[in-house]
Amino acid sequence: MKERIITCINCPMGCRMTVTLEDGKVTGVTGNTCKRGEKYAMQEVTAPVRMVTAVVPVADRRLPVSVKTREPIPKARIQDCMAALRQLHLSAPIEAGQVVLADVCGTGIDVIATRTVS
Amino acid sequence: MENIIRKQLVIIGGGPAGLAAGIAAREAGVEDLVILEREHEAGGILRQCIHNGFGLHRYGEELTGPEYAARDIARAQELGLDIRCDTTVLSVDGDRRVTCVSRAEGLQIFEAGAVILAMGCRERPRGALGTPGTRCAGIYTAGAAQKFVNLEGLMPGRRCVILGSGDIGLIMARRMTLQGAKVLACVELMPYSSGLNRNIVQCLQDYDIPLYLSHTVIDIQGRERLEGVTVAQVDERRRPIPGTEIEFDCDTLLLSVGLIPENELSLRAGVALSPATAGAVVDDALQTSVPGVFACGNVLHVHDLVDFVSDESFRAGRAAAAFLRGEHPQGETVAVLDGEGVRGVVPQRVHPGQDLTLMFRPAGVYKNASVVVEADGVEIARKRALVFTPGEMVALDLPAAKWANVHGDLTVRMEAK
Amino acid sequence: MMDRETDILIIGAGVVGCALARVLSRFETRVLVIDRADDVSEGASKANSGIVHAGFDAKPGTDKARLNVLGARRYPALCKELGVPYKQIGALVVAFREEDRPVLEQLKAQGEANGVPRLRIVEHDELMQMEPQLNPSAVAALEAPTSGIVSPYELVFALADHAAINGVEFQFGTEAQTIVREDTGYRVETSRGVIRAHSVVNCAGVDSGRLHSQVSPRPCRIIPRRGEYYVLDHPAEAPFSRTIFQCPTKMGKGVLVSPTVHGNVLLGPTAMDIEDGLDTATTAGGLAECLQKSALTWPKVSTRTAVTNFAGIRAHEEHGDFLVGEAAPLFYEAAGFESPGLTSAPALAEELGRDMAEDLNLRQKETWLPAPEHEKPFNEMNDAERTEAIAGNPLHGQLICRCEVVTEAEIRAAIRRPVGARTVDGVKRRCRAGMGRCQGGFCAPRVVEILAEELGVPMTEIRKGSGASDMLVGEI
Repeated sequence: MKERIITCINCPMGCRMTVTLEDGKVTGVTGNTCKRGEKYAMQEVTAPVRMVTAVVPVADRRLPVSVKTREPIPKARIQDCMAALRQLHLSAPIEAGQVVLADVCGTGIDVIATRTVS
Repeated sequence: MENIIRKQLVIIGGGPAGLAAGIAAREAGVEDLVILEREHEAGGILRQCIHNGFGLHRYGEELTGPEYAARDIARAQELGLDIRCDTTVLSVDGDRRVTCVSRAEGLQIFEAGAVILAMGCRERPRGALGTPGTRCAGIYTAGAAQKFVNLEGLMPGRRCVILGSGDIGLIMARRMTLQGAKVLACVELMPYSSGLNRNIVQCLQDYDIPLYLSHTVIDIQGRERLEGVTVAQVDERRRPIPGTEIEFDCDTLLLSVGLIPENELSLRAGVALSPATAGAVVDDALQTSVPGVFACGNVLHVHDLVDFVSDESFRAGRAAAAFLRGEHPQGETVAVLDGEGVRGVVPQRVHPGQDLTLMFRPAGVYKNASVVVEADGVEIARKRALVFTPGEMVALDLPAAKWANVHGDLTVRMEAK
Repeated sequence: MMDRETDILIIGAGVVGCALARVLSRFETRVLVIDRADDVSEGASKANSGIVHAGFDAKPGTDKARLNVLGARRYPALCKELGVPYKQIGALVVAFREEDRPVLEQLKAQGEANGVPRLRIVEHDELMQMEPQLNPSAVAALEAPTSGIVSPYELVFALADHAAINGVEFQFGTEAQTIVREDTGYRVETSRGVIRAHSVVNCAGVDSGRLHSQVSPRPCRIIPRRGEYYVLDHPAEAPFSRTIFQCPTKMGKGVLVSPTVHGNVLLGPTAMDIEDGLDTATTAGGLAECLQKSALTWPKVSTRTAVTNFAGIRAHEEHGDFLVGEAAPLFYEAAGFESPGLTSAPALAEELGRDMAEDLNLRQKETWLPAPEHEKPFNEMNDAERTEAIAGNPLHGQLICRCEVVTEAEIRAAIRRPVGARTVDGVKRRCRAGMGRCQGGFCAPRVVEILAEELGVPMTEIRKGSGASDMLVGEI
């Protein structure tokens, strides 16, 4: 049996929840005040995900373009995603919403521009 | 040779507040308006806030700062709003004369029927903290560092300590880490963080960055570039406790120690400021003490969520439009006072018996508590929550029906269970 | 690192070195000024009270007394000529206890002996009318109407520019290490190679004692004395219209409260003797003392509007007087220039320059260019002047520093001056961009960008101040 402490991010309460795991499966959540906390805790211990946002240089432009993953990606892949973005060579024009890197690191999720560079 | 232009409405600032105010004013029928923006593009500080989390209340989705700004800019363009970038306002006077300069137009004076102040806020710098030590390179406000990294693509340092756990500081802890810097610690003077839990988890804990609560930076070392800082624990009166010093070997110190509404122009216009918010004293139409001059967004009081800035600014835009039509609320006003545990209620003066939104910050952390609004000692509204913290602004709706017959001043206070 | 040769080598680009360089630039001779820092005015000249003292503090008959009074007299015309902000606002030395009244009398007598005009004792009632914010326990004060305030580093920039357009050369990042007398003059080993000079002038501030001892058997001990200050934002209404001193102590003139020429309020300095002449770090104790002592003068003092704090190091000669003159053959010096060093510098430079010209048989140049014209700061212009300024240079329409109202044109001009800004601090002190309440939070990135453009280097090479004070460490 394993236990993990998770701080809930849903509201300013910031409940400190204890999640019990057995063989990788959640067997209990305590310390939460509401249902949303429980759901968050389950997700967070089994398959945590995060949005990644960054900026990427644009050829012949002094200023970089801001980008984001269209959906959250597995938390464990954040550094890989950043490494992939560092390899990226972009050139203008770029439309906000345009895919700048498809299926980043095999996550099935695209990285898109969040700003237009004309 | 004076370049004088008459305008119905002049809006100072083209960030989220100014854009929303302009959109609402135009939608309410103000044809002749101009938004004056000192930067090269509209959008304000959102331009450099490339992280997501904006727009949840307004759009039900999580946008990045540039995306949130782009929606307002697109709407403004659709409405044909006149946004003058690279234009800095130098003064506003009590007669609503707005003097500004730009490369393209030189010095211009706008004589406005109404003015909306939407200049935003600035960060408290090191000098305001009185932190002793050397004055070396490598000490930045979190926002300045954010501008370098996100707008210029330049790194201000490699080994950072962050003083203050405001949201910008937390966000920058993650940004610097993702760009390859090592963030050694986030140091907070208070026993609690003023940042969102979400940011503490996703910006600090995700990257194993320790948060030192009730600690502060007591010394800064390095003659040329920063070489280190000394951090110490503080007692209940926020004085450093000898013997608790921790030395950090770092080349960068980022400060996220508070935001101050930027009211230098307002002061010169004769606008009365509230010591509690450092913003203008306003009535329920967001009109300041100077007739026809309105304020909204972070220049009025520092918000946590841009959604609320937009919402407030829509109201300011509509109110300015009403003022220009000669429909400004008339009659007696009552005061809205900060009661126990409440800091900086906005608005501070209201015309009784109408729909109203009161906003303020709790002075401390209150768990299982209520906000109570009283008039003449009688409770007229109450809002309960599991927790209230100074880091999260409270918005309380007061429908007209609830206080139709009130004559005395209103007091807003916290009530612990 | 190339070896260089010059006729006169001035070590130290502070107010003394630059004032002397300007005087010597009238003569047919090669003058080189070196400094270990990367700009002029980086030592005591940038970090002091900026007071042009009337001259009642120094003992009659001393060099300090004589040069102070002569210097103070020269200030109005000199600052006008150079376009440097200077205001003769007067000063009060306040006695807060009846026991201190004799100190006022003694200062008055001393000042009169030194030739200071219009000194008088002001009693409580009149005093409170003159300065209503003053602590009402004030008993009486000595009034010195000829006391003034100046922007000390702006004076040095102007002196250096004027010297430079008349042929004086400046070499920065160059620390004088060893000085050896040779047949034809001096060989000075520096951190950037050897400089041979016919004659040398030691104006090295806190370092002047060390250099003196290398050529003169006469002992000279310079003690670094650190003073800590607070700078407050310009208030809507200045709390004091004059410089307010407390009664002096053996460590100096004590903590003052004064307006600055730019409308800020200055509190300080403390006085602490230290070992390291470069240790300009402020301390918790020093800042607390600065505030606490200011409260005696100004009970309502608060650091709520503080924009910064800083420390300066005065070069205190152990016997308390200036060391002026020829320390060894063809080795001149102006050492121990603690307060009133700033006030005395113009007079000292005239005297020393004249003596050197005589000793060295220097011939006056046929043409000596007047000081470069100075544009009025945009912040001080009226609407019509601003309109005209933008018409002349559209970059005046681009505001960069909103707190101090500084335009892009002014920042570029600061970099293009004869001895121009090379660093963010250099820009800040020349045109005030970043000097205000946000302390460069908004404008520093733009200033870095403009510096990079003007100097033709990447933004990552721009430094805050001297040495390895890089603003940025690289690209993302």
